[in-house]
Amino acid sequence: MAARAKKRAVKRQEVLEQEYKDLAQRQKPKTPVVRNVLVAYLVGGLICVLGQAITQLYLRLGFSPEDVGNPTAATLILISAVLTGLGVYDVIGQFAGAGSAVPVTGFANSVVSAALEFKREGLVLGVGARMFSLAGPVIVYGAVTAFVVGIIKALLR
Amino acid sequence: MHKRKLGAQTLAFQTLPRIAAAATVVGPLEGEGPLGDCFDVVHPDQTLGQKSWEASERAMMKEAINLAISKAGLTSQEVDFMLAGDLLNQIITCNFAARDLGIPFLGLYGACSSFAESLGLAATLVDGGYATRAVAAVSSHYGTSERQYRYPTEYGGQRPPYSQYTVTGSGAALVAQANDPKFPAITHFTIGRVMDLGIKDPFDMGSAMAPAAMDTLQRHFLDTGRTVDDYDLILTGDLAEVGRKIMLELAESAGVDLQGKYDDCGCRIYDRERQPVFSGGSGCACSAVVTLASICPQLLRGELKRVLVIATGALLSPLTFQQGESIPCIAHALVLEQVTKGGVALG
Repeated sequence: MAARAKKRAVKRQEVLEQEYKDLAQRQKPKTPVVRNVLVAYLVGGLICVLGQAITQLYLRLGFSPEDVGNPTAATLILISAVLTGLGVYDVIGQFAGAGSAVPVTGFANSVVSAALEFKREGLVLGVGARMFSLAGPVIVYGAVTAFVVGIIKALLR
Repeated sequence: MHKRKLGAQTLAFQTLPRIAAAATVVGPLEGEGPLGDCFDVVHPDQTLGQKSWEASERAMMKEAINLAISKAGLTSQEVDFMLAGDLLNQIITCNFAARDLGIPFLGLYGACSSFAESLGLAATLVDGGYATRAVAAVSSHYGTSERQYRYPTEYGGQRPPYSQYTVTGSGAALVAQANDPKFPAITHFTIGRVMDLGIKDPFDMGSAMAPAAMDTLQRHFLDTGRTVDDYDLILTGDLAEVGRKIMLELAESAGVDLQGKYDDCGCRIYDRERQPVFSGGSGCACSAVVTLASICPQLLRGELKRVLVIATGALLSPLTFQQGESIPCIAHALVLEQVTKGGVALG
């Protein structure tokens, strides 16, 4: 009997929670998905155009097409780090969403912003320990994905 | 003998403890908001020249408490107790402020409801005759909250439109047994229950907290036998625009007509059209600085007679939401009233 009453109470709570979620959902402003996707596409594209321009510049300066990728990425990372330090990148991030988060500049922002935030806790426990608190998962699962893809590639050979 | 507890959750104060002095200290964004002129101190820089966000929040709380005490013409030695709360782990802001101030101290945590919790308990101590004067204070800071609950301040993540902006500031109120009718009295304190209707999104605090505010409001009416008509204003702490709308809908379905009498501190402190605050303000300081800087003067001037302040708090931690738990919430209510007669003699 008691178990059944308990079960009924749980069920009642579930219904209550679902009704409340529906009510709250009606009052919540919708995340503008179409706008966000379009802006992310445009800003992400612009960052890539900038990357291409830097590549062209470095090719003209004498880098070989095989080697030009690294200095290009380094330059984008530098630009992003400076913009983060100046307090601009988070404003761009709010506007562009995934557009500024997905390229290498977003990765740099996540590392630099964490380093800035935790530098007051010192170079070892602050900057050193927490610099990759946001970027860490990207590195971990990037490595895991590369490993899995590598095995698949080896098996298909 | 007068009954000191009404119904299940409401304390009724017999001797009318009064807010004898109050002080508010805020950051730049709050200073630029619609209530900018009401605050005692507006700092042009969120850091206050301190080396960490935590140190600047602490400096704000100390400044607010010292200012409230000096406004009352007192020194910190003449204050019996300090009751304070903030949002940081181990409530370090008020613990460290209390270390520097040297006033006998009780540290409180009710998340953003800490304002009503500390002020209500200060009034309880004074009303019970255990203190002649007690100071209640709370603080919050955008920088400290962001890094504790969310992301580094310069991280370029996109916030959803229903998120809220933590108020940078501190409010302190000196509660005293002053038989001076010009100060607003605290007449009732309704202690809330923890409510949880399963909201899990830590950006969506308005939705999470609204049921707690509604529960405390209904409980207050039940305990006191009062209705909306008995109040000039009913003010929730930091539900912001999303939570305010939900609160109105919850009230309507409960048969309580709040229209025209209800607002939220999180909607009042910022101009949402002009300032990048999304749904509105949040944080312990939100209800504290709005109530102390804007509502108390209106009570003093006689523009408002009786106000119900319901401070709301989301009792989550970064750990609980990462572990997939929902957000338990609480709300405490205080009645602030311009009572012209002196205190009621204890029966």
